[in-house]
Amino acid sequence: MSTTAHDTPQSLALDPATRLALYRTMVLARTFEEAVLREYHADKGPGFDIGKGLVPGEMHLAAGQEPVAAGVCAHLTGDDAVTATHRPHHFAIAHGVDLDKMTAEIFGRETGLGRGRGGHMHLFDPTVHFSCSGIIAEGYPPALGQAYAFKQKGTGRVAVAVTGEGAANQGAFHESLNLAALWQLPVVFVVEDNDWAISVPRDASTSVPSNASRGAAYNMPAERVENDVEAIYAAADRAVARARAGQGPTLLEVHTVRLWGHFEGDAQGYRPELADVPSMDPIPRYEQRLRDEGVLDDAVIARTRQEAQARVEQAIAFAKDSPVPDPATASSYVFS
Amino acid sequence: MTITETPTQETGHGSHRLTTAKAMVEAIELEMERDPSVFYLGEDVGPYGGIFSSTAGLQERFGKDRVIDTPISESAFIGLAIGAAVEGMRPIAELMFADFMGVCLDQIYNHMAKIHFESGGNVKVPMVLTTAVGGGYSDGAQHSQCLWGTFAHLPGMKVVVPSNPYDAKGLMISAIRDDNPVVYMFHKGVMGLPWMVKNPRATGDVPDGPYSVPIGEAAVVREGSDATVVTLSLSVHHALDAAESLAGQGIDAEVIDLRSLVPLDRETILRSVSKTGRLVVVDEDYQSFGLSGEVSATITDVDPSMLRSPVARVCNPDTPVPYAHALEYAVLPRQDRIEAAIHRVVRA
Ligand SMILES: Cc1ncc(C[n+]2csc(CCOP(=O)(O)OP(=O)(O)O)c2C)c(N)n1
Repeated sequence: MSTTAHDTPQSLALDPATRLALYRTMVLARTFEEAVLREYHADKGPGFDIGKGLVPGEMHLAAGQEPVAAGVCAHLTGDDAVTATHRPHHFAIAHGVDLDKMTAEIFGRETGLGRGRGGHMHLFDPTVHFSCSGIIAEGYPPALGQAYAFKQKGTGRVAVAVTGEGAANQGAFHESLNLAALWQLPVVFVVEDNDWAISVPRDASTSVPSNASRGAAYNMPAERVENDVEAIYAAADRAVARARAGQGPTLLEVHTVRLWGHFEGDAQGYRPELADVPSMDPIPRYEQRLRDEGVLDDAVIARTRQEAQARVEQAIAFAKDSPVPDPATASSYVFS
Repeated sequence: MTITETPTQETGHGSHRLTTAKAMVEAIELEMERDPSVFYLGEDVGPYGGIFSSTAGLQERFGKDRVIDTPISESAFIGLAIGAAVEGMRPIAELMFADFMGVCLDQIYNHMAKIHFESGGNVKVPMVLTTAVGGGYSDGAQHSQCLWGTFAHLPGMKVVVPSNPYDAKGLMISAIRDDNPVVYMFHKGVMGLPWMVKNPRATGDVPDGPYSVPIGEAAVVREGSDATVVTLSLSVHHALDAAESLAGQGIDAEVIDLRSLVPLDRETILRSVSKTGRLVVVDEDYQSFGLSGEVSATITDVDPSMLRSPVARVCNPDTPVPYAHALEYAVLPRQDRIEAAIHRVVRA
């Protein structure tokens, strides 16, 4: 893990092991979400009844946004904190949340992270300081508190707070940026700009073309990078280093892509560029690049996919084999 | 005089079948045609037509200036609606889920609801705040609450909660024409959405043309002599199912659909309980400090001897709505719990 300063703002020269690790994280996140997608839709029919099946409720998948989580979390350890959004799986996986327990939570099982009480938008893994929230932008303020605690303890730990570009129009976003800059808190604010807030495009929701320009309003270093895992890795390296060194917060926006609907069942009729979306998939693109540069070959790719598949199927099996919570305990855990 | 003080009027003669969602949209459409000061704003209300189909087709019809997709900035756009209402427009602002009230509550209860009072009656805020409520499909603790008790507890806003297409249209027309802020809360489970469990009563006959359902008048949706079930929203359907099932066992339950919390139609409740002597209150909102206590007190404040048995409350047991299906069903007031409660009051 590198925390030194760099003169080249765009990228770092990454060693093959790091590049492979970034690739693996992305493949694991995608494999996981493909499996969730399959299980989610398996028994919603006939038609589509959102309340039916092994995985009922809303489901927000992050396919396309894996580079953000992989690039940012590569600089973190389990001692650092991540507050993710309603679209949390890629960050959870990249930050090392227990995959079995996370899957069990999504399946509403007693063995889940929240004993089946939370669900896919409310994943809490205190062992790696991970949380997320269904109310958008509301994960930003608690991240300040985690950062404050880290700063008080003088540990060099950092808090990463994630929102989408839609959420960046919330008061909580702006209040948090101001406070973090004012108190020089060790936070990295990540904005995943996937161009869409459900059906509303960025240019219909946001007065500036890029949230990175909003950093200036809070006297905070800010940058915007494209959905390239290595560019994200490099930018996050700078941001995390600043936070660890006590130099305060950074705003990092990634222009990413939401390959699938806002939630499962979203027909995306509002989305004119829909036909082009599959070509924006960052994983085959990175695969090709690493192949061209001799880091990957067919065998490594196949093995990576197989390992991810096996890991994910194990987690799904663990979830399915786990008991559902006893209805008599429905009111447990309201208080400690 | 506001429309709520006028009797129900039906101008059309025919009727047609609509889902609750489409009935809502039809009301908004009619009012937008009639009154250019009506406009609608909220998240995903444009081309998407509202996440719960509350605005389907309206932007196509009325354009982007009258059906407005907002940024996710609830304080700002709900506050904007307040300001526009103060200037004489009739905005309808949609808060996508009632659960999100926390991010914009100051605009709602300190501004929308208090301006008329603070101005000594000199400033009116004729706006509607629409919002989706309710659970039953594993959407978890931040997307499944009803919270109407919270809105009703804070003075200055009317709170309406339709349970069917007829009321949805008539109450929406009343809400838009009302000179007060009206919170219009629609349960996802009664909207008749294609992607939710099909509730047969979510589709029904709706008169053509405009008509209003007065705000503050409960409906006796099933007459009965043995016990009064007071409820609203999706729970009306569960209560009717429970009543039908108990009818076979010789228990005859009366079911009251409150249709609004503010004003609360205490007369209808009192009239019914004075007849049956027994009361069950069903509320999908949290039990403590809420609707069920208020309805119970409506009786005890006037004449506790009206009751032949203690009031039974079937509510959410002060638990955030759990995600896992079995847990969620354990906290929701569904048919089995309602039936058991009716049994309890009748046998006591
Ligand atoms: C305060 C609040 N308002 C509205 C919503 C409903 N909602 C959930 S996700 C979403 C869009 C978020 O867009 P963005 O922040 O860009 O993230 P993305 O979904 O694209 O990842 C909306 C409006 C919410 N959860 N919380």
